[in-house]
Amino acid sequence: MNPFAYTRAEGVSNAVRERASEHTAKFIAGGTNIIDLMKENVERPSRLIDITHLPLATVDEMENGGIRLGALMTNADTAYHPKIAERYPLLSKAILAGASPQLRNMATDGGNLMQRTRCYYFYDVATPCNKREPGSGCSAIEGYNRIHAILGTRDTNQDIHCIATHPSDMCVALAALEAVVNVTGPYGERSIPFAEFHRLPGNTPHIDNTLQDDELITAIDLPARGFPDHYAYIKLRDRTSYAFALVSVAAALELENGRIAEARITLGGVAHKPWRRLDVEAILIDKVPSKGVFQQAADAMLEGAQGFGHNTFKIELAKRAIVRALTEATNLNSL
Amino acid sequence: MNLTTEAPLISKKTPLLPATHSVRLTVNGSERELQLAPWTSLLDALREYMHLTGTKKGCDHGQCGACTVLVDGKRINSCLTLAIMQEGKSITTIEGIVQSEGGATSERSDLHPMQQAFIEHDAFQCGYCTPGQICSAIGMMHEGHAKTADDVRELMSGNICRCGAYPNIVTAIQSVMHPQPDTL
Repeated sequence: MNPFAYTRAEGVSNAVRERASEHTAKFIAGGTNIIDLMKENVERPSRLIDITHLPLATVDEMENGGIRLGALMTNADTAYHPKIAERYPLLSKAILAGASPQLRNMATDGGNLMQRTRCYYFYDVATPCNKREPGSGCSAIEGYNRIHAILGTRDTNQDIHCIATHPSDMCVALAALEAVVNVTGPYGERSIPFAEFHRLPGNTPHIDNTLQDDELITAIDLPARGFPDHYAYIKLRDRTSYAFALVSVAAALELENGRIAEARITLGGVAHKPWRRLDVEAILIDKVPSKGVFQQAADAMLEGAQGFGHNTFKIELAKRAIVRALTEATNLNSL
Repeated sequence: MNLTTEAPLISKKTPLLPATHSVRLTVNGSERELQLAPWTSLLDALREYMHLTGTKKGCDHGQCGACTVLVDGKRINSCLTLAIMQEGKSITTIEGIVQSEGGATSERSDLHPMQQAFIEHDAFQCGYCTPGQICSAIGMMHEGHAKTADDVRELMSGNICRCGAYPNIVTAIQSVMHPQPDTL
């Protein structure tokens, strides 16, 4: 690990000022990802700004009927919070599908959004990686790529520079729920719709998201609609617990008079960001739930998918997982 | 050749490192002040600076759970947090679970019920993962979400046992969660 200095931030504005004055500094909260990356020499900050003493471990009701999660809520406290478990069970289930209990006790909700890919080549500083070292090449495209992306990998010239996936389970649910990310920077506060927070690699895969370097996530807003009656989170992985997703699916539906009134489908483990397509969700609207219509949505969701050898199985796996998740969400097997 | 005019191959200068910090840690009920570099993990502070070697370093990357300790009663991986970030918290290691976690099994034993159960159910082979398993199991019982053996398996998945003593580990933990009247 590279030597670094340490500062304990006393307030949000103080933290942001510290960060803006030293562009090679980084924030640390739960630390479960950044400390690991520092041990591997992937991250080499000159200073860590400890934000764990900021008053951001909060759960507040919002006037619009939603809930504001403070950025320093731990993943465990969020998943088991009675209001989240009751009103946003999709979020609870996704969080509890990720990591281990020890890590969920440490990791924060803001940090979950900021975690970096688990691509083996990104972690291995002896290998080329466009995400770690722009312009050095991608070792995964023709290397071992079982865990890698099948969607959204091409830039505007149809070239591929990075096939890393975003590793989070929580973010798959947050994308489906249309959460909003609140951030504070040196020029004030702004809100980022979840779909615009993470980004596709394009030809700048070293940039994971649209947060600016000197901005700090302060809260995540959950809209009032939580889909507590019809939801499913299915995570498929190489062992049954404590592994990253090969494919995961967050499905959420509202049913009215036996027809689908609202539908959300988001995939994890398949792209550089949680993968959602509004045009695919529209296919389901006003339809009577059936395996046939779910299959139609699944096929459309994987339109344009491309495998790279070891991960090509994900295309069919994702389709089947979507059908299963929608079936589970509608309780179709029990109808 | 005049050796004295040659530049020395080995410099006696120490590299300029960021300053160490005075860090006050409360471990197993007693407070200690240590002079630590900011990059000292809680695990290294416990083992190398406080000589509490019961907490084990397995992978040092949060994947194996051998370094599990309790911080304010919650189980965490001590390898993935900085000691300096744990000031003001109450840290409990395997050495302190009897005094911090509700006393020994009986007047004749100085073991925590979870330690006693691991012995009675032969829940280890080499024993390297055991301190982490026991701290994790105590933390899991505090959390209160495990009811069945399947729950225990899922909620203990952050602790790897390379010897494969899992069946007996689950049995040992369940015996503490649901004590049978005749074993009390």
